[in-house]
Amino acid sequence: MSERPRLAVIGAGPAGLVAALAAAARGVSVTLVDAAPEAGGQFYRQPAAGLGARRPSALHHQWRTWERLRDGLAAHVRAGRITHLTEHHVWCVEREAASFAVHALLGPEQEESVAVRADAVLLATGGYEKVLPFPGWTLPGVVTAGGAQAMLKSGLVLPGRTAVVAGTGPLLMPVAVGLAAAGAKVAALVESADPRAFARHARVLAAHPDKLAEGARYAAELARYGVRVHVRHTVVAAHGSDRLEAVTVAALDTDGRVREGSEWRVPCDSLAVGHGMLPHTDLAETLGCRLDGVNVAVDDEQRTDVPGVWAAGEATGIGGAALSLAEGRIAGLSIAARLDSRVPERSSYAVAAKARGGLREFFAVVDKVCTPPDRWVERVGDDTLVCRCEEVPAAAIREAVDELGAGDVRTVKLLTRAGMGWCQGRMCAPAVAGLAGCPPTASRRPFARPVPLGVLAREPDGPASRPDLL
Amino acid sequence: MSNSLTCDVVVVGAGMVGAATALYAARAGLSAVLVDRGPVAGGTTGSGEGNLLVSDKEPGPELELALLSGRLWADLAAEPGVGGSVEYEAKGGLVVASTPEGLAALEGLAAAQRSAGVRAASVGPDQLHDLEPYLAHGLAGGVLYPQDAQVMPTLAAARLVRLARTAGASLHTGRTVTDVLRTASGAVRGVRTPHGDIHAPAVVNAAGTWGGELAALAGVSLPVLPRRGFVLVTEPLPRRVRHKVYAADYVADVASDSAALQTSPVVEGTAAGPVLIGASRERVGFDRSFSLPVTRELAAGATRLFPFLAEVRAMRAYLGFRPYMPDHLPAVGPDARVPGLFHACGHEGAGIGLATGTGHVIAQVLAGKTPDLDLAPFRPDRFPRADAGADPDSAPAPVEGP
Ligand SMILES: Cc1cc2nc3c(=O)[nH]c(=O)nc-3n(C[C@H](O)[C@H](O)[C@H](O)COP(=O)(O)OP(=O)(O)OC[C@H]3O[C@@H](n4cnc5c(N)ncnc54)[C@H](O)[C@@H]3O)c2cc1C
Ligand SMILES: Cc1cc2nc3c(=O)[nH]c(=O)nc-3n(C[C@H](O)[C@H](O)[C@H](O)COP(=O)(O)OP(=O)(O)OC[C@H]3O[C@@H](n4cnc5c(N)ncnc54)[C@H](O)[C@@H]3O)c2cc1C
Repeated sequence: MSERPRLAVIGAGPAGLVAALAAAARGVSVTLVDAAPEAGGQFYRQPAAGLGARRPSALHHQWRTWERLRDGLAAHVRAGRITHLTEHHVWCVEREAASFAVHALLGPEQEESVAVRADAVLLATGGYEKVLPFPGWTLPGVVTAGGAQAMLKSGLVLPGRTAVVAGTGPLLMPVAVGLAAAGAKVAALVESADPRAFARHARVLAAHPDKLAEGARYAAELARYGVRVHVRHTVVAAHGSDRLEAVTVAALDTDGRVREGSEWRVPCDSLAVGHGMLPHTDLAETLGCRLDGVNVAVDDEQRTDVPGVWAAGEATGIGGAALSLAEGRIAGLSIAARLDSRVPERSSYAVAAKARGGLREFFAVVDKVCTPPDRWVERVGDDTLVCRCEEVPAAAIREAVDELGAGDVRTVKLLTRAGMGWCQGRMCAPAVAGLAGCPPTASRRPFARPVPLGVLAREPDGPASRPDLL
Repeated sequence: MSNSLTCDVVVVGAGMVGAATALYAARAGLSAVLVDRGPVAGGTTGSGEGNLLVSDKEPGPELELALLSGRLWADLAAEPGVGGSVEYEAKGGLVVASTPEGLAALEGLAAAQRSAGVRAASVGPDQLHDLEPYLAHGLAGGVLYPQDAQVMPTLAAARLVRLARTAGASLHTGRTVTDVLRTASGAVRGVRTPHGDIHAPAVVNAAGTWGGELAALAGVSLPVLPRRGFVLVTEPLPRRVRHKVYAADYVADVASDSAALQTSPVVEGTAAGPVLIGASRERVGFDRSFSLPVTRELAAGATRLFPFLAEVRAMRAYLGFRPYMPDHLPAVGPDARVPGLFHACGHEGAGIGLATGTGHVIAQVLAGKTPDLDLAPFRPDRFPRADAGADPDSAPAPVEGP
């Protein structure tokens, strides 16, 4: 054991960054591991790069937070308190006798693996986007909301292109604003939820004037760019021969049915679609951490039920960057105290805990209101691909359930191969569950990344003699 | 669903064995009801592999059941549309030995197997690569078993259930059997489920690893215990592994009584492209936790046999619990202790392969015929009562972490 306790933080998004800074400032030797080439995670990385100088005002506040985190990280790295490992894809975290081994594949090739040893692990792996299938969704030009941000970054969305943003959830507005700010024409923002449903949660909303103001600012930006917002509408199909040429938008009635005769076509060359986010739980599950629904379960200090393993940010539940920041701070303080055999004083994180409580409450409401429209399943045609990796159409899933006695996502997968491809069902599992009429369950993925058998076969080096890296 | 149902036979468990039993019973003209608490193939059948092997069995009752089952699998596969839908492949098995001593032991086994009706062809070290071009160099030799075949187990169970339904059987998933109903004289009269009773003069226990619990509901003991196994699945590849290939020490593992970790990688290509590598064998109870050391050994064994696999990626790993019995033979046939109760469980690592023969002989007995096999070695009441629970089921996992 080294003089300074060692913490491995997996994920350099808002949660992981804040936790790393908080722990490092209190004498913990931190290794920050992330698959991306730069720190920042989903939030700070993508829109920041894409929006460049034309940052909409709604993002200014977060931008200043990001600058503070980035500078703090640089200072700790210079001082040797944090080792930042970029382009390290963690494929498994292994519990050893008295420590953990974080196994990570290197670089874009992901052919070599290193093991980082630590006394404690923070899982700050964030979430990934959920997309439900509809006729035409596999056409080139149809991307996820996050994919649209990536297109901005790589300059693929050129000024003059026409985009539609559709689905449900709070990500749609920033994505639409981002596209418009980058010079694309956003022909429509199509949100299936009914904002009037928020009225039923007036008490919770009233407690979050900041969130309402944020929404209002995005709405103002959208208006300024002339983006038409259609609520209680959905994209029923995407059209095009080689690539996307248009989408059909339709109004939904209160039962989630398409209102007859309400359909119209919107010509466009890109469609950014998203139905919310799901937490990354693979590493946690393999460690044996308890899940609460699809989220990693944590206590008041962000500890999982596996000693030595903490989790923070969207891995423990989707709730935006501010919630991730609060949880990351609490985790960092708790880890520093616990590794020093102390109980953290609640007063040290009372502010963050209050913010966390309020934001969780707020996003629980968002989660209730922004659910995919009822009956989306009925609009998935038999020939619509559900699993893109293995090219499994909806008909095969329906047959597995109706004819072959499948009753859960796992047996549907085994009978149809849906979810067995490269993404291991991250993309299609919610759709498969919906089509099969069973609750979505987190599927077990012992390897968070595909790992070469030669790497897997090699014994990792023995227990660490040096503090951080082996 | 109505509250009560009457039929000739209730088969409990819609895994591979229950599926085959329902199929043969329905084809024998019996009205059969297949019940499972989960979906079809939600038990061990959905978490194992589909090797139909004769190569790993020593002469004796299990080999006879395997030979009968192999013929029945081939017959089923020849029915229109069946072979493809269950991904049946009569590809043959190639067992290799790395040392001359290992090869001598393997040749000895092959000779005994030949006299029991197994086809087995010796393969010299320089012929190995004609059969498997990507195999490692420097192996001592091997034996080719053309009767070894494979199916995709989940598809096989689901398709056989489908065929059984076509033949008149009915399927009830999501329905747990909570009791075995008996008459005043002790004979079986059906099963109880939360959705109502199902009445029948015969009940078949095809509950796999949970067969002991079902037997207990009928008031008898049956020592079925879990034996954990991990399987590694690679990314899809063009066909490079042509047979089922494994190292000769596998044979020792199957019959072994040691509770220690033993990995014996069978490497096989699948119709869909991925290569399967499995499986490990451990007695750790129903412990579902992932073990990196175990999968590491599987990977090491597979890359030793096929060096090219070192660059191939493992996409996932899964685990299952084989239903094993203390003497490694399944319980197949009527239970003399309870009239009307039949057992078809405890097939350990061979339940996919042995399912057809098992279902076939059970159906024969149900229909009042003489079974094609002598069922005496498989008698469910062959264990002294004390054996139940005497096995080191709760022994600590040999390779688990803290
Ligand atoms: C398009 C888009 C727009 C958004 N707009 C807003 C907005 O306007 N306001 C707002 O509050 N929120 C917004 N969000 C949400 C916000 O991005 C998240 O709430 C926030 O980033 C979550 O922070 P986190 O630290 O929990 O996880 P993340 O930021 O997701 O960071 C997780 C990190 O973990 C890394 N990681 C994951 N698994 C591994 C692994 N196995 N090995 C190595 N590294 C790994 C990832 O590379 C990533 O860097 C938006 C999200 C998206 C996708
Ligand atoms: C890793 C691994 C690899 C394997 N490889 C092979 C191989 O290559 N070849 C081979 O032949 N075999 C192999 N096996 C073994 C094979 O999978 C099993 O022997 C076989 O699946 C057993 O089938 P079964 O129908 O008896 O049991 P199961 O498939 O487990 O079916 C039993 C069913 O009974 C149901 N049930 C239990 N209790 C109740 C109740 N009270 N009420 C209602 N339903 C109930 C369960 O839900 C379950 O669906 C392997 C096993 C493992 C774990």
